[in-house]
Amino acid sequence: MTAFWVLAPIMVLAALGILFVRKAVHAALLLAVVMISLAILYAVLEAPFLFAVQIIVYTGAILMLFLFVLMLVGVDASDSLVETIRGQRALAWLTGLVFAVVLLVGLTQITFGTAVGLDGEGGANEGGNVQALANLLFSRYVFAFEVTSALLITAAVGAMVLAHRERLSPKAGQAAIAAQRVRDFTEKGTHLGPLPPPGVYARHNAVDTPALLPDGSPAPASVSRVLAARGSVRAADTLADDIDDITAQLGQDVATKPETSGKAGATASSEEDQAATNGDHGVRGQGKGDHK
Amino acid sequence: MSTQLLLTAAADVEHHIPVVAPAEADGAFSLLWLIIALPLLGAAILLLGGKYTDKWGHYLGTALPIGSFVISLVCFINVLGRDEGDRQVAQHLYDWFEVGGLDVGMDLLYDPLSAMFLLLITGVGSLIHVYSIGYMAHDPRRRRFFGYLNLFVAAMLMLVLSENYVGLFLGWEGVGLASYLLIGFWQHKPSAAAAAKKAFVINRVGDMGLGLAIFLMFVTFGTTSFSGVSALSAGASETTLNWIGVLLLVGACGKSAQVPLQAWLLDAMEGPTPVSALIHAATMVTAGVYLITRSNFIFELAPTAQTAVVVVATVTLLWGAILGCAKDDIKKGLAGSTMSQIGYMMLGAGLGVAGYAFAIFHLLTHGFFKANMFLGAGSVMHAMDDDVNMRHYGGLQKLLPVTFLTFAMGYLAIIGFPGFSGFFSKDKIIEVALTENLLVGILATIGAGITGFYMTRMMLLTFFTKKRWEDGVHPHESPAVMTVPLIVLAALSVLGGIMLAGNWIVDFLSPVVGHVEHEDPPLPAIVITIIVVLVVALGAGLAFLLFQKRDVPREAPADVSFAVKAARADLYGDAINDVIVVRPGSELVTALVETDRKVVDGTFMGGSGIVRGIGHGLRHVQTGYVRSYALSVLGGALILVLTLVAVNL
Amino acid sequence: MSLTPYIVLSAILFTIGSIGVLTRRNAIVVFMCVELMLNACNLAFVAFAHQHGNLDGQVAAFFVMVVAAAEVVIGLAIIMTIFRTRRSASVDDASLLKF
Repeated sequence: MTAFWVLAPIMVLAALGILFVRKAVHAALLLAVVMISLAILYAVLEAPFLFAVQIIVYTGAILMLFLFVLMLVGVDASDSLVETIRGQRALAWLTGLVFAVVLLVGLTQITFGTAVGLDGEGGANEGGNVQALANLLFSRYVFAFEVTSALLITAAVGAMVLAHRERLSPKAGQAAIAAQRVRDFTEKGTHLGPLPPPGVYARHNAVDTPALLPDGSPAPASVSRVLAARGSVRAADTLADDIDDITAQLGQDVATKPETSGKAGATASSEEDQAATNGDHGVRGQGKGDHK
Repeated sequence: MSTQLLLTAAADVEHHIPVVAPAEADGAFSLLWLIIALPLLGAAILLLGGKYTDKWGHYLGTALPIGSFVISLVCFINVLGRDEGDRQVAQHLYDWFEVGGLDVGMDLLYDPLSAMFLLLITGVGSLIHVYSIGYMAHDPRRRRFFGYLNLFVAAMLMLVLSENYVGLFLGWEGVGLASYLLIGFWQHKPSAAAAAKKAFVINRVGDMGLGLAIFLMFVTFGTTSFSGVSALSAGASETTLNWIGVLLLVGACGKSAQVPLQAWLLDAMEGPTPVSALIHAATMVTAGVYLITRSNFIFELAPTAQTAVVVVATVTLLWGAILGCAKDDIKKGLAGSTMSQIGYMMLGAGLGVAGYAFAIFHLLTHGFFKANMFLGAGSVMHAMDDDVNMRHYGGLQKLLPVTFLTFAMGYLAIIGFPGFSGFFSKDKIIEVALTENLLVGILATIGAGITGFYMTRMMLLTFFTKKRWEDGVHPHESPAVMTVPLIVLAALSVLGGIMLAGNWIVDFLSPVVGHVEHEDPPLPAIVITIIVVLVVALGAGLAFLLFQKRDVPREAPADVSFAVKAARADLYGDAINDVIVVRPGSELVTALVETDRKVVDGTFMGGSGIVRGIGHGLRHVQTGYVRSYALSVLGGALILVLTLVAVNL
Repeated sequence: MSLTPYIVLSAILFTIGSIGVLTRRNAIVVFMCVELMLNACNLAFVAFAHQHGNLDGQVAAFFVMVVAAAEVVIGLAIIMTIFRTRRSASVDDASLLKF
């Protein structure tokens, strides 16, 4: 019972945390806490197979799937906790609490005898919990087990159908993309080459820091548009001021050693010229930036 | 059940009622089915063939009834050569339907009664077909007309040839349909369409009676064939037989335009004149007489029903005669006369064994002379640019000599001029009527006098008196294709009385209708005849005084006595129908509609309105927010748990 | 070793999960709460299995896991599809099916 009394408060707190944290990722992590604790309780309750399954399948697979989708959807698209449906929150809490109270009142009416237990001499787990479960699954529950296979196949096919997007036009090949780029360049003057990577010529080389143009202004095309949309791009112009400090730190070396990075600098500067003149085509450029 | 009943009933039978027990058809009689099939084939070809048959359709439509006539004639000659007891022949074509205990075969029965009818229908029918070739020559829908006529002939033949009441009913409905189609043949005229509808509806009332009679027969006897019913009828209770008889009479009233179902016949004159001649004078309207004569084995055992027939017949013969006096429309005058004459036939049929043969005899002679006169009227109309008002005729005997002469033959026959066919047939009916019931006999005699009056009036207004037609009208004699049938029919009108020679027709029909020893009338027969002739002469002379000696105004005078007004209004037949049936019916329907709208619809609309209101309110629960729904699910679970806890506590 | 604490814990977790379903609006978090409810049920199953000394409860828990896996796969695919078209993972945004 020690494990239970240790774990139960943790689980309840973690579960309550799910209700209140703003970020979904935190909720997922709290759920992982609950699940792993549950796994341990399973072990305590003499269910070693479920202990393993709980950790491998639930915590390992299902919860990872959650996180995966969270990443796809946007990891920090946090929930606003302001309720939109009038009275929903109050009613939910009221109903939930009454429900809990009634359940608990009901449960306290029941007295259970001493637990029979599974392990031990003549217990159900004799000869191994996994073997005993397998015996049950493939004898008494074999039909349900087979039906589960149909369910899983259906789920797999369903997920594929839902995730599938029909291609409406033929996939553009490398040649077609190149031709399109050149056409865009001639017609609209879109930048022809690859986009500048973030952090180039900047104070930081992190992905959320825009590259700096030769005149010291940030290059918007150098940051992923997802970051831009989230507004988590570092303010480049504040960083731009750091350039002087950097020069000061580096001393004469940089200025007198143009040869080492001369080629790269030359190409980069020509690119930045283009980017500067065509700064308003940023969207297109960012699309390309994602390609990298 | 029947043996004991049969024994007890057999003792009550006063007359010998012949049982229909036909022999199997052989020889010429095996062609019986062709008599019906030929005109039916014609109808099918003409009606289904469409415009492809326009060119030759009327010739085909005429040839096929003539073919039926030839077969009928052959059969008739054949049957004459047989013994009296061997003159009933049946032909089983196929099993029509078999449901439970009801087994109806498509059986044909040829006996002296059907023989007479076959000759009348196919003979007069063929003549009228020939006449129609000329009469309908300028009608663009002539082919269709012949198709309908053939359909009618086929149905009428089915009616008189069937060996059971169900087959008879088939023909009965068939002639009703053909009558409807032909009355409304000029459907572009609203009056014709309305007349057709009226005839159809009133006929349905009669058909309902006939249908009920057949049902009752099946319930009582378990069969509907003539042979079966005639064999078992003696075993049934008199009440049942009376009911069957009265219901048959209702059917006969509808078809034969007897009071109280008489109102349609005068309006039916909206149809083309050959139709009036064939259907509404010679054949179809006499189907009621056929029905009663054919069902003699029922009526002989149902005295109440028989009395009802006599009453209806007497009322009708006077009713029709009075109508005939007041009508200026030549066809309506003739229609009133038809009603009246069918009244005589019904009277004969209602008088029982003594009268059946004379009823049929009068039916045949009437078929000749009335068809003759209708066709003559058609010829006059043809000459007068389809004007039917007799007040616009006058002095036509020089201009239409053939029509005049043939019409005159018909006229003399119908008023019963001694020696002409109508003289023998009507005189016999009046004689039997006087023998059976003095009052009915006197009324029938008066009817004969009125007949003399209105027919003389018609004759005078049309062919004598001064000419009253407009200048633009140029009366001319009809072509030969129309006059030849007139001449043939005129000859038959004159000579039809031959059938009574040596009491032939009575003997010939006796296997069907039975035979009784002649009862002496209250007065010697010759005295009765003289009285009748005198009464007729009185009527004719009155007409002569009224119409020949005075000028006839072109317009019908309005300041006339109540009696004339009543007669012009069909003795208020339509008004009576209106008051008794139409108006209560329409009021009932209006009330039902109101009930339906207010009560029934109100209930349902109110109920649905309540449901709609509830739904309208409840739909706001459907917020679209899945979390609201989840909340209600949790609420439900809470209630469930609460219940469980409450139950267990 | 008493059973009651386990069942009480199960009931508390279940209630917390249900309240989460009702109050959270991010579809993924709602889903997590559903999983929490399922897990609470599983705990009760396993506890009962231990109480009665047979494995049927564990088999039931096993089946619940299978069903939960299938449900998560489909549910997340649906969330993905909705997100792809509506650029939102909020369950309140998909509320067109109403009066």
